[in-house]
Amino acid sequence: MILTKEQQAILDGEKGETLAKVMKTLVMYGDAFEAEKLVPITSKYNHLVTSFGLKVMSPVYDLMQKLLDAGVASGQKFSVDPRPLDKNVPANFLQNLVFNKFMYTKQDFYEEQLEKLGLMDKDAFSCTCYMDEMGNKPQKGDVLSWAESSAVVYANSVLGARCNRNSGIIDIMGSIVGYVPYFGLLTDEGRKATWVVKVNTTKKPEAQLLGSAIGMKVMEDVPYVVGLDKWIGTELNDAACAYLKDFGAATASNGAVGLYHIENLTPEACELGEKLISEGAKEYIIDDAELERVQKNYPVIWKDPDAAPKLCFVGCPHLSLEQLKDWTDKIEASLKENGGKKVCIPTVLTAAPKVLEAFEKTEYAERLKATGVITSYICPLMYMNNPLCKKMPVITSSNKLRTYTSARYYTDAEILKAITGGKK
Amino acid sequence: MKQFKGRVIAPGEVTAEAVVTTQGFNTLASFQMALQFGDKEVKCGDQNNEELHGKPLIGKALCLPQTIGSTTGGLVLYCACAMERNPACMLFANHIDSLAAAGAILADVWVDGVSMPVVDCLGDEFLNYVKDGMKVTVKADGVVEVEE
Repeated sequence: MILTKEQQAILDGEKGETLAKVMKTLVMYGDAFEAEKLVPITSKYNHLVTSFGLKVMSPVYDLMQKLLDAGVASGQKFSVDPRPLDKNVPANFLQNLVFNKFMYTKQDFYEEQLEKLGLMDKDAFSCTCYMDEMGNKPQKGDVLSWAESSAVVYANSVLGARCNRNSGIIDIMGSIVGYVPYFGLLTDEGRKATWVVKVNTTKKPEAQLLGSAIGMKVMEDVPYVVGLDKWIGTELNDAACAYLKDFGAATASNGAVGLYHIENLTPEACELGEKLISEGAKEYIIDDAELERVQKNYPVIWKDPDAAPKLCFVGCPHLSLEQLKDWTDKIEASLKENGGKKVCIPTVLTAAPKVLEAFEKTEYAERLKATGVITSYICPLMYMNNPLCKKMPVITSSNKLRTYTSARYYTDAEILKAITGGKK
Repeated sequence: MKQFKGRVIAPGEVTAEAVVTTQGFNTLASFQMALQFGDKEVKCGDQNNEELHGKPLIGKALCLPQTIGSTTGGLVLYCACAMERNPACMLFANHIDSLAAAGAILADVWVDGVSMPVVDCLGDEFLNYVKDGMKVTVKADGVVEVEE
């Protein structure tokens, strides 16, 4: 890798041993991918994936402390993934004991470290930092040092920013020195599609199911999706962005997709069209039967597959303001149709703290509360990341949550029926 | 004995017994329970990986195509090394992925006294040949020797 004089000086230790080690980490990381140079990060803010003060992750906090002790801070302020705990979310005595006394005992300590390192503000905890309310929305062409997979795929695909699927810790190291290695999704070549996915369904495909199917097929490759604009339009409005947020998170978690192009919709597909497709690209056709096949093949890992659900999570990744309103309307209407007043399964809708704050100012908040639904800023994945939840039948419309936990996936419509007293 | 030549990502020399997965290795799913709840053998916790689920990973030569899953994967691997609960080495048939690379490099640069050699680009033939229990020796130049 060719370094500038300034970068070489940092690597040689002229700005201290700790900064030299940060630079060495980034240079070795770039070398692993034959990167020829480091390029400046151009986004206003960074976003970190590590938000949780898990006792077992002590080596991470030790490393952060080394950075702080050396007087090294992030060159950018940053947001971070959602908090793992919220007392509003139902948990039994044993769960609370495990969460607070055993698992997340480092939470307060780690949040203090984050503040010192450059956290944007005390509410900057969400996987959807790019929501207008959260204020960390990169510009097209911005070079980022993010790691959260659902945020990376959204920033690359919907916003046209440039970011690799970095790991946690690498994210903050980039913004400490202000550079990231130039490879993969930062390059024009790396952003070309090696798959053409044709959507031939007879109805609007479920975002999280379509994303799952594509992710499992293309893994880390870049898909160019044809035929989806028929269902979600050619304008990146609130509804389309929310759809793509959920779709992208499923491609990233069920596979390892960091960028997708949607014909006639996402910025690079609108600009370059089929020029984005590499020669010899493979083809994947998705119809109703294929989506049905994918959903039927999800393993059910509940201890009792026929157990009655005890909890429902909607909002992984976090919901947008419009999605919260939409769920309120749908839950109310479905309860009315089924003759109920409150949801019959404890249900948590999750969203970013500032999105929830905005939601609370609308008349929808009281209406949703009246249905018995809880809102929270929690990370459902972190909530479920313990052996106790394996015994707990949780349902969700998040394909990311399904992938990493024992939660069982249902489509939005199936979830709505289940929580409002209709049949699944 | 058969030799394979790969590319060195994290340097070092080691001999260990192979554990093999032919599907993507989900780092978070594999390590999280073992690290969190003090499993000294570090048995693989990934229920979706039939080849590895329940098998000890600590001190083994982990042979794999690439890692998959959460972008916390790199820091999980780094933590495993810092806690000395890591495989003896990681041997990739494919080009290493960004998450595994991050984990291996973070451990190499930031963890004192722990060595986990990592070699990638060993090819499909390597993964077809190596089986659980075989003796694997990693050389400093990226040569990997596999003995039945």
